Amino acid sequence: MSGDAESPLSFSPRRAAAMMLRYWYLLRSSWPRLADLIYWPTVQMITWGFLQYYIMQNAGFFARASGTFIGAVLLWDILFRGQLGFSISFMEEMWARNIGNLMMSPLRPLEFIIALMVMSIVRLSIGVIPVTILAILFFGFNLYGLGLALVAFFINLMLTSWAVGIFVSGLVMRNGLGAENLAWSIMFLFMPLACVYYPVTTLPHWLQPVCWLLPPTYVFEGMRALLIEKTFRADLMLDALMINAVFLAAGTLAFLALLQSARRHGSLMQSGE
Amino acid sequence: MSPAPPIAIERLVKIYKTVPAVDGISFTLAPGTVTGLLGGNGAGKTTTIATIMGLTTPTSGRVKVLGAEMPRQRYRVLHRMNFESPYVAMPMRLTVRQNLTVFGMLYGVDDLARRIDEIAAQLDLTELLDRQAGRLSDGQKTRVALAKALINAPELLLLDEPTASLDPDTADWVRGRLERYRRERNATMLIASHNMTEVERLCERVIIMKRGHIEDDDSPGKLLARYGRRTLEEVFLDVARGRGVETEAAQ
Repeated sequence: MSGDAESPLSFSPRRAAAMMLRYWYLLRSSWPRLADLIYWPTVQMITWGFLQYYIMQNAGFFARASGTFIGAVLLWDILFRGQLGFSISFMEEMWARNIGNLMMSPLRPLEFIIALMVMSIVRLSIGVIPVTILAILFFGFNLYGLGLALVAFFINLMLTSWAVGIFVSGLVMRNGLGAENLAWSIMFLFMPLACVYYPVTTLPHWLQPVCWLLPPTYVFEGMRALLIEKTFRADLMLDALMINAVFLAAGTLAFLALLQSARRHGSLMQSGE
Repeated sequence: MSPAPPIAIERLVKIYKTVPAVDGISFTLAPGTVTGLLGGNGAGKTTTIATIMGLTTPTSGRVKVLGAEMPRQRYRVLHRMNFESPYVAMPMRLTVRQNLTVFGMLYGVDDLARRIDEIAAQLDLTELLDRQAGRLSDGQKTRVALAKALINAPELLLLDEPTASLDPDTADWVRGRLERYRRERNATMLIASHNMTEVERLCERVIIMKRGHIEDDDSPGKLLARYGRRTLEEVFLDVARGRGVETEAAQ
């Protein structure tokens, strides 16, 4: 093996692929896992879709703002499911008491993180693509009709979901499965402040600067601008991208620090509570 | 220049919060040897092994494995070592073949399909390759864990209670396979165990730990002679109960 290959920063596509293969085998082996990916996004989309349908029949403004609720639901699901897909793949290792095996193997943290990112996209695709098709069939809302804007929204939401997923995985690795609930609930901290269903101006003035520190706020504002004013706000997307770069770097550094702390505290040998 | 010793530990201290788990131990293993690490619960065996594997950071002291300082330089050597313990599980929902494929890829094993067939034949796992790991008996799971530990043909093999919860026949079979592997590859092994029969059979050197310290370190024969005992179990009990060699002198 070369000197480079022995570096902590070296990257082996084969090792990253090994982890993706491991999660793919796992996903394939269990139909309840697959069903779970689709079930909740479908229920949520249908509920909010009917609500929007009702409001549209009764309010002129919302009639103009056609699709904002369903759009928000679908984009929120990208954010939430992206983080959950990342964190659940990580927690599979904790549940299987396999984290020790991985950490004593030549697998580098970066390879592990990349594999988890790819799997979060795979899990998200399985869950959200069928739901977006149902949204077209049930409510005539075509998410793909957002075109290139959707790509910008998707990239920004995925980057945030990964940053949060990396941070939560570090916490679970350091503190054991006692911290597992964070994986399910942490993203809901973003929900009121990211202004998923309402504009930032709805919130008190003093709170608005906090909202603008969160990349998803830019995405949801951007979505409303597109659907209501028919304007694509590239400036919002670029701002979100820059904040996301900071989030991702902070998440990765926190993960490495928590890994280091887990080595100091001997947490890697015990992956229980 | 002679090759670096497989394991060289100098004054290793590991303190969890305020509790010293390992308190200033030093030892070196020669290549191709099998060493037993004995000690009661809380003696510091698992922490010692975890530090050797780079899973824990020493509070002070040095741990060098195959010439690399752990955990700082671990990526220089992790592909040359491996570990087996019934307490670190293999993913249960994956089949044996899938598990071995994933770990083989992680360890950079060439011609992986052939290696899996080879190791499955050696460990009598061929029939089980396409069964889920979670559906196997304890004995079969131990063999799968051993296959994972040998997938990269490691120069250094660390084993923590390798035959725990196995019936005597299966345990004997596993020990036979370990002896064979050591002979064929001239591998170095460090075995943490409570099973004295196992240690007497496999190990040419025994390190006895108690409360984070090394209490004794010698060949099984010399330990038996020094304590005036017939079995290592009796020696272990002497050390565990603080009777030591003085008791023998007093008798």
